[in-house]
Amino acid sequence: MQDHNKRFVERDRNWHPPAYAPGYKTSVPRSPQQALASMQQATASELTGPDFRHLRMGPHDNDLLLNFREDPALAGAAGLPVGERIIMFGRVIDQFGKPVPHTLVEMWQANAGGRYRHRNDRYLAPLDPGFGGVGRTLTDEQGWYRFRTIKPGPYPWPNDPNSWRPSHIHVSVMGPSISTRLITQMYFEGDPLIPLCPIVHTIKDPAAVETMIGRLDMARSKPMDCLAYRFDLVVRGELQTYFENQ
Amino acid sequence: MKQPNSVPTSELMLRETASQTAGPYVHIGLALAAAGNPTRDEEIWNEMAKPGAEGELIEVVGTVIDGNGDLVRDAFLEAWQADANGVYQPEFDLKKPFNSFGRTATTFDHGSEWSLKTVKPGPVAHPSGQLMAPHINLAIFARGINIQLQTRLYFEDEAEANAACPVLSRIESPTRRQTLIAKREEADGKVRYRLDIKLQGEGETVFFDF
Repeated sequence: MQDHNKRFVERDRNWHPPAYAPGYKTSVPRSPQQALASMQQATASELTGPDFRHLRMGPHDNDLLLNFREDPALAGAAGLPVGERIIMFGRVIDQFGKPVPHTLVEMWQANAGGRYRHRNDRYLAPLDPGFGGVGRTLTDEQGWYRFRTIKPGPYPWPNDPNSWRPSHIHVSVMGPSISTRLITQMYFEGDPLIPLCPIVHTIKDPAAVETMIGRLDMARSKPMDCLAYRFDLVVRGELQTYFENQ
Repeated sequence: MKQPNSVPTSELMLRETASQTAGPYVHIGLALAAAGNPTRDEEIWNEMAKPGAEGELIEVVGTVIDGNGDLVRDAFLEAWQADANGVYQPEFDLKKPFNSFGRTATTFDHGSEWSLKTVKPGPVAHPSGQLMAPHINLAIFARGINIQLQTRLYFEDEAEANAACPVLSRIESPTRRQTLIAKREEADGKVRYRLDIKLQGEGETVFFDF
């Protein structure tokens, strides 16, 4: 049933990067020049969204150490991806701190050498036969998600004469409706390339950049196995509950 | 108690995680087949309706064009639409003949077109009580797009409903409204609607804030 009282906190477009950010050159021809048309009142088309609880996940969809093998003959330790093994985990919560359960979290990344398994990526770092670079999972009742992967390498890209992307993992979250849809990138705490990156610079507020930093969590790392990075995702807050009794 | 919506966002609420571009390789994460990579047993893709779905089976296609007039060949799109009866079906299940959600992408192949196989949606009520004309919500992600662009696709052969639609008719410029209207084509007895999305400049598509 359509609940006409349901609303989401307005998206702060000064917090998010603007469409036109000339330091990131590709945004120049790909940014609209006209103002966005205001919907005034969001409708069912924006306030509803897909629920992926019935999407059948593979046993290793959230384990990038195991979910890709170019050569099926490569089994066991010999086929494991090269690189620094990490756990990436966190919670999806809304702007009121309420967990977002059973929502789809997807991620993709370069391998330890900084190369993507994509036909257009021709960076000279080698492809890793044991690494695909894609994962997905659903959050649990409390909004927790978890991936096991390797830390992606930084890589150069043709923006400025010597631009490098910091190590990063692309993260996509759906949330409870089309209005909460968000794609972002997780960067790694302490990476000296973060303050140099033209894509990070599309964001004006340093506090907004902080929302994209994965934090080293030694308590959740596994001795003699992998380090853990915590990355909480905050999606738009739903105002619905405050109107229930009206 | 002070209601949270009566105070500025920053004082009481957490801030949203900031958006970043989906980048040039979004396909490896969200459109595996388009990247030329092995797919998993169940993927979210562009066959939103299968034969047996209620309503008229249609194909919706288009390109994405940048401010230089060039094709954007690395775009990723998401679609959200009501079923033929005007009802959203949130429960995504590939066993169902119809899902309200779908994904598609432009690539270097097939004229760099995106494509959705779906049914023509029915009209959905606006909170005002008026009916909105049949439409598909589209979100566009790509390298150079810092936060997804949100638009709507309406249908050329719904002129009356389009004129009365409380969202479409409130776009000030009638010329710009036309940027949301997909053109009907018939090929091999199949109905196809085309909407080319222009990110910038002359004929720039209307994008929404909600």
